[in-house]
Amino acid sequence: MPAINLLAIETSTDAGSIALWRDGEVLLRDCPRGVSHSETLLPLIRSTLAEAGLGFADLSGIAFGAGPGSFTGLRVACGVAQGLAFAHDTPLLPVGTLEAMALAAGGGRVLVALDARMGEVYLGSFEVSSDAVVALGPVGVHPPGAVPLPASGGWLACGNGLAAYPALRERLAPAVDAWLPELMPTADAAARLAAPRLARGERVDPADAVPVYVRDKVAQTVAERLAQGGKA
Amino acid sequence: MPAMLVLGIESSCDETGVALYASGDGQLLAHALHSQVAMHQAYGGVVPELASRDHIRRAVPLLRQVLAESGRALADVDAVAYTQGPGLAGALLVGAAFAEALATSLGVPTLPVHHLEGHLLSPLLSKTPPRFPFVALLVSGGHTQLMRVTGVGHYELLGETLDDAAGEAFDKTAKLLGLGYPGGPALAQLAEQGRPDAFKLPRPMLNSGDLDFSFSGLKTAVLVQVRALTQDGATLDDRQRADIARAFQDAIVEVLVKKALRAVKESRLQQLVVAGGVGANRELRRQLDMRAARQKISVFYPELEFCTDNGAMIALAGALRLQAGASASPAKAAGAFAVRPRWPLADLTP
Repeated sequence: MPAINLLAIETSTDAGSIALWRDGEVLLRDCPRGVSHSETLLPLIRSTLAEAGLGFADLSGIAFGAGPGSFTGLRVACGVAQGLAFAHDTPLLPVGTLEAMALAAGGGRVLVALDARMGEVYLGSFEVSSDAVVALGPVGVHPPGAVPLPASGGWLACGNGLAAYPALRERLAPAVDAWLPELMPTADAAARLAAPRLARGERVDPADAVPVYVRDKVAQTVAERLAQGGKA
Repeated sequence: MPAMLVLGIESSCDETGVALYASGDGQLLAHALHSQVAMHQAYGGVVPELASRDHIRRAVPLLRQVLAESGRALADVDAVAYTQGPGLAGALLVGAAFAEALATSLGVPTLPVHHLEGHLLSPLLSKTPPRFPFVALLVSGGHTQLMRVTGVGHYELLGETLDDAAGEAFDKTAKLLGLGYPGGPALAQLAEQGRPDAFKLPRPMLNSGDLDFSFSGLKTAVLVQVRALTQDGATLDDRQRADIARAFQDAIVEVLVKKALRAVKESRLQQLVVAGGVGANRELRRQLDMRAARQKISVFYPELEFCTDNGAMIALAGALRLQAGASASPAKAAGAFAVRPRWPLADLTP
């Protein structure tokens, strides 16, 4: 069986990274901070592949953090992943950003809260076991004081949404046993999540690989503005 | 220089365009376009975030279409050109990310192209192309500029709009007349039924002595006329709307024609290139052709399909840059990219 070389890209937040998964060994590289991902992502991928002695055609899969997260960051990851995958017909695997964070957080039931800016958080709940993550419901975007509460206790909560919104932490406190507010999306978690899927033969056509924004209402139509007494 | 196969990707505003151009014999092998106009219509204008979201869904299918139509393989591509700016930052970034990754993975250079350079070179895609040097009138929804073009990368700004672009004035006036968005083409169509001189509108900066334009006052003048006609609660009838449309179009066309021809004369040249979406306007073409002929000036237009944004002009501009010996992606880490939402054309170097 040929070696599996999986490249993962994660730029949902300012803390971007890439990872190279090689038969279970993971090489993680952080994007330099303070510079936009567009400037650093491809050079970092190139140097990491060169370090590993691999060419783009040697990749057996490309995974990317599909969201939610910064709209621009998601599109940089997605556009780059599409381009790399299309060039050599490499299998492409979009990975849920919060899902990968849940995996990175550890085992058990995990609540992931990523700062969505504009006074909101992206929130998802997952059940994590070894390398499998099961979503317990859809990922949503909520004001921190109005996130849906888990029915039971014993959760692990992670993500910078906890640090950004004290009200969120207060609201979740009765259900949460452990906190990881500093946990951010990383490419090694995306790679670990994607690797078994790649091994099962899963892949997405690059034309169908799109970011998962969650925040889908971004503008009002003319009809909506008029209905609210606004101008056309 | 051997023939080079250049892929072009455009995503600066509300159209995704992909094309494959072969330098050497100078042949456009295939081009494909997706317009988002219908999507933005409901919002009364382009919503930048929605534009970005759409571009990322279109690039791959359009590229597949172009490869299939041209019968060429991706592995045959020698360079990837894409629009680096000016335009909507998020929209540009989608094309840049896809193009840079594709090129990096294929091991070929990228050519970041100025959107307006693509437009002003687009008449070179037609069967009877102009030759350098010429004057270019760039008229679209985002730009109104007169440039002196002496070669690829040699662009001197002669004049530009101080406020609204001509196409923007068309769209805003169309909105005043209840023609929806984008109403520019509908307004031009309505103007064909209007009577000349039924309404008087100003000719802004017609005799300003320079080659600059101003169109926002014209829109205001239309607003004043519409208000006067509707102050008793009356609505405009079809005749009035057509007459106003006619008066508006006549005013814009007169200014554009006079300044463009003056620019050619002052530059002591004989050729005028008209590019951009407004370049498709029939009345503009009629007036320009008529008056230019009297002054022994030849006018060149891109094919109608290349008046609006498209990938073909980006592939062409990239190929011409490559031919001119441009070092692709100079002085940067390979694969690094940055878009330039605001980028004066005159800043370009050969």
